[in-house]
Amino acid sequence: MEMIVASAVGVLTAGGVYLVLRLRAFPVILGLAMLSYAVNVFLFAAGKLTTNMPPILSKYGEATYTDPLPQALVLTAIVISFGMTAVLVMVALASFLESDSDRINLGRSENAGLPVEPGQEDAQ
Amino acid sequence: MSDGNVFLIIIALLPFAGALMPGLMIRAGRTACASFTAIPTALALTMLIVLAPDVMRGEVIQYELQWLPQLGLSASFFLDGLGLLFAGMILGVGLLITLYARFYLSGEDPMGQFYTYLLLFQGAMLGIVLSDNILLLLIFWELTSLSSFLLIGYWKHLPEGRQGARMALAVTGAGGLAMIGGMLILGNIVGSYNLTDILAAGDQIKAHDWYMPALILILLGAFTKSAQFPFHFWLPHAMAAPTPVSAYLHSATMVKAGVFLMARMWPALAGTEAWFYIVASVGLITMVVGAVIALFKDDLKALLAFSTVSHLGLLTMLLGFGTDKAAIAAVFHIINHLTFKAALFMTAGIVDHETHTRDIKRLGGLSALMPITAVIGTIAALSMAGIPLFNGFISKEKMLEEAAHTVWWDNPWIIGALATLGALFSVAYSLRFIFHVFGGPVRDDYPAKPHDPPFGMWAAPALLCIPVVLIGVMPHLAEPLVNVAAGAVTGVEQNAKLKLWHGLTPALYMSIIAVIGGAILLWLHKPLDRAWIAAPRPEAKTIFDALIAAVVSLTRRMTDLLFTGEISRYLAIFVAASVALGAVAWSGGGLAAPDRAPLPVDPVVWVGWVLLVAATGAVVLMHRHRFRALVLIGIIGLMISSGFVFLSAPDLALTQISVETVTILLLLIALHFLPKETPIESGVGRRLRDGVIALVAGGGVAAVAYAFLQRNVETISDYHLANSYEGGGGTNVVNVILVDFRGYDTYGEIIVLGIAGLIIFAVMEALLNGPAGRRLRNMELSQDRSRDRHPLMMVVATRVMMPIALMVGIYIFLRGHNQPGGGFVSGLVVSIALLMQYMASGFAWTQNRQRIEYHTLIGWGVIIAGLTGAGAWLAGKPFLTSAFGYVHWPPIEEFELATAMLFDLGVFLAVLGAVMLMLYSLSRLARHAGETVNVEPMDYDPVERQDKREGEA
Repeated sequence: MEMIVASAVGVLTAGGVYLVLRLRAFPVILGLAMLSYAVNVFLFAAGKLTTNMPPILSKYGEATYTDPLPQALVLTAIVISFGMTAVLVMVALASFLESDSDRINLGRSENAGLPVEPGQEDAQ
Repeated sequence: MSDGNVFLIIIALLPFAGALMPGLMIRAGRTACASFTAIPTALALTMLIVLAPDVMRGEVIQYELQWLPQLGLSASFFLDGLGLLFAGMILGVGLLITLYARFYLSGEDPMGQFYTYLLLFQGAMLGIVLSDNILLLLIFWELTSLSSFLLIGYWKHLPEGRQGARMALAVTGAGGLAMIGGMLILGNIVGSYNLTDILAAGDQIKAHDWYMPALILILLGAFTKSAQFPFHFWLPHAMAAPTPVSAYLHSATMVKAGVFLMARMWPALAGTEAWFYIVASVGLITMVVGAVIALFKDDLKALLAFSTVSHLGLLTMLLGFGTDKAAIAAVFHIINHLTFKAALFMTAGIVDHETHTRDIKRLGGLSALMPITAVIGTIAALSMAGIPLFNGFISKEKMLEEAAHTVWWDNPWIIGALATLGALFSVAYSLRFIFHVFGGPVRDDYPAKPHDPPFGMWAAPALLCIPVVLIGVMPHLAEPLVNVAAGAVTGVEQNAKLKLWHGLTPALYMSIIAVIGGAILLWLHKPLDRAWIAAPRPEAKTIFDALIAAVVSLTRRMTDLLFTGEISRYLAIFVAASVALGAVAWSGGGLAAPDRAPLPVDPVVWVGWVLLVAATGAVVLMHRHRFRALVLIGIIGLMISSGFVFLSAPDLALTQISVETVTILLLLIALHFLPKETPIESGVGRRLRDGVIALVAGGGVAAVAYAFLQRNVETISDYHLANSYEGGGGTNVVNVILVDFRGYDTYGEIIVLGIAGLIIFAVMEALLNGPAGRRLRNMELSQDRSRDRHPLMMVVATRVMMPIALMVGIYIFLRGHNQPGGGFVSGLVVSIALLMQYMASGFAWTQNRQRIEYHTLIGWGVIIAGLTGAGAWLAGKPFLTSAFGYVHWPPIEEFELATAMLFDLGVFLAVLGAVMLMLYSLSRLARHAGETVNVEPMDYDPVERQDKREGEA
């Protein structure tokens, strides 16, 4: 079982990384979504893999439970990563509508924002 | 927390607090503005005077406020003799400058700004001289660089002002950076950042291997600040500042900061050969070079600037000698230099103000026209020359005496000779200041008609002339202050006697040589000046500018090389670097043997695994077809949800599957506007490279995960399991952790989610009102549409399901504390129910029925959660402590009421509001894109109908 979970995490990571390295916004968003699956499963698995031991306390006597803490952390992580995906989608959409292209890389000419050379401003 | 005399910290902070006043008071007039600048200064000076008697008795006044004790950072201040001397100078001269500037600045200058900068600077300087913690001292040190930048560049319309300010900031700022390094080394050697501890550990520091680096770095800071050769060039360029600034910064305070630091660090650093050879030599060179250049400067302020450089060199040299007597001479000269140099700067300012020129070659004969100014200027200049009966004479005598006794590389006379040379030039330029400005015949070609300024303007320099003469005639008046300050420098009590007449000492002969030689030099000034102008000299500014240009082009090339704007490249580097770091960590060994028994594999798990891996592979292969990739991503999400169910995490499964639904909806809406296909842009090589990176990263993560899963780790979860029911009142431990044990985290997270929703709304708002909105209206969107856009079956089904879905949501919410569910999941479930209405019945139809704004929901969610948390305060418990009780109403079963449920309600509302706001904002795009809206709940696509009608006609 451990092998299966670990390999699934690895496969998701590999797929996510490959997509994140693409040049367009949409595959990058998909890649990030896959990476967050991988991270969430990894965090969850950091507890312990168990079956049929949900962390719901039983009223009827002693029972063993799985580790609840990673589950609580992953639960909020899932919701937050949805929020972040939504923001990314919005940013991608905005940049597409502004520039008519969903490339994520700036061309050299677009890479503005370097400071003015000192002295230039006074030289005039 | 704090102890000691609270006056100290008030003195240090008063100027900063007062800095707010001038900017406001300028509305009440210029005099009011100046008065309100003077008030904090005068208050601080009064407190200093109150503390002075104790310090003069030899006490050290301290004040400490712990800030970050773990880092050795505390706001601690102390006042000893040296601090008292400098603080008195800073505040006293500050008052005089405030008065002088009131009359100096013209009506067009923004006076409020000036006084604000001045007070900021004053506070920073006070901080330097009062700090008892070197980290605090460093902060104030940098603050002086910054505030002096503002002051030097005060006349923003003058290019020289801006360039001079920038040069000063670059040089002193760079020195400050070096000093940070030196101070950190010092702190590490001693094991404390408290100045008092460091000063007491002098021997330990000097014997340490890191003494040399620390010394050099700290001296770099002091030399740049105090304009020592070869960093002296910034000071003359800083003279583009208004004269009050020059008088304040460049005679009394800023440039003395470096001297102060050397004096302060004297017990810790001085006394070694390295100290002597570096500090004394640099000081000597600076003294001579500065004096020689000063003689040939025609600009009054440039002359004074180089004279200041020369005198700072003198002080540095004296401190470099490392003897007690030299330290006394240095302290004494600090006082004297302050008085005459500030007066001289103000005189130069008056001359400039009245004649509209500072060019000595255009001046002369002013004594007849401006008698008062002439008297003040002459007294101060004679003191600078070192003529008897003025205070400059006595300290110069002391300096010459020390110089005559000091041996440099086995050479007994070189320092004495060079010091005499420096003094000689000093006499020459001082006399030139007197004779070429005030002496000579009255001219008729001044740019303006000169006359004495109003009283307010000459009062300050005249006041400074009083100590010049008093100390010059009766030097013993200064004895107590000099002794207590010199005692603080050397760490040993001093009992120096200051006398006007020392007998026929070598120093007297050197003085006589200097005066006679100086007079001869001035007599020969014309031919010498011609020779000087003809001689080739390196121009510091050109060198500096070339250096800066070289640095800028280097950084530009580096930036161009590293930052190409290609995000995918950064990401590739980031992933590769992370993998490499992981590999390094892995290769370090130290991994214990696996000790966890593997969990047996159910055959059905293999099916899920195969589906997941296949879907992932398919997404990677087919990601260019975006819709298809989206469907495949859905499969992965489903498999992960079922995995959570299988591995005892029902809450996660519920959350994952509902998040999955909204994510896919979101991406579908986005895809309506984005291109449907991804073009092939990267070549085979690049794809291969990315593939390799991805495979290595995936393999690495899998290996780490596998290693992790095979080993037992210590967990704190037993506590949660044990206390969930008794402490939190719930049997669903995950939910109890969320709303109780780690409620703070959850609270933060719903805020983040709410902010994400608001960001999306705001970006959309900005987008629709900008050029993108216009582009959107003219966009050719996909016309691939269904005829029946709101299918009857779906509309009916969703409306019937709506109450049921809401019921499920409420049920999941209510049982959340004890069974899988809770605020997060039910928020998502309810939003899906609402989204179904949008999809089935249309945007407008649903929007018309929306009663509460989604922003309001987010706000209420956060407020309810926050108030619930704060409610615990009423019960005297920490934030977010939950309370619960069990209620029994007869027909219903016993049930539980917990404040945690209120908190969960907040979570529910925030999640619902955020999710709805996100999707709603995205859908608004469609309406702006000219998409028509259905009028009836179940009508046909109006576009289609229109087409048909046109066809019929």
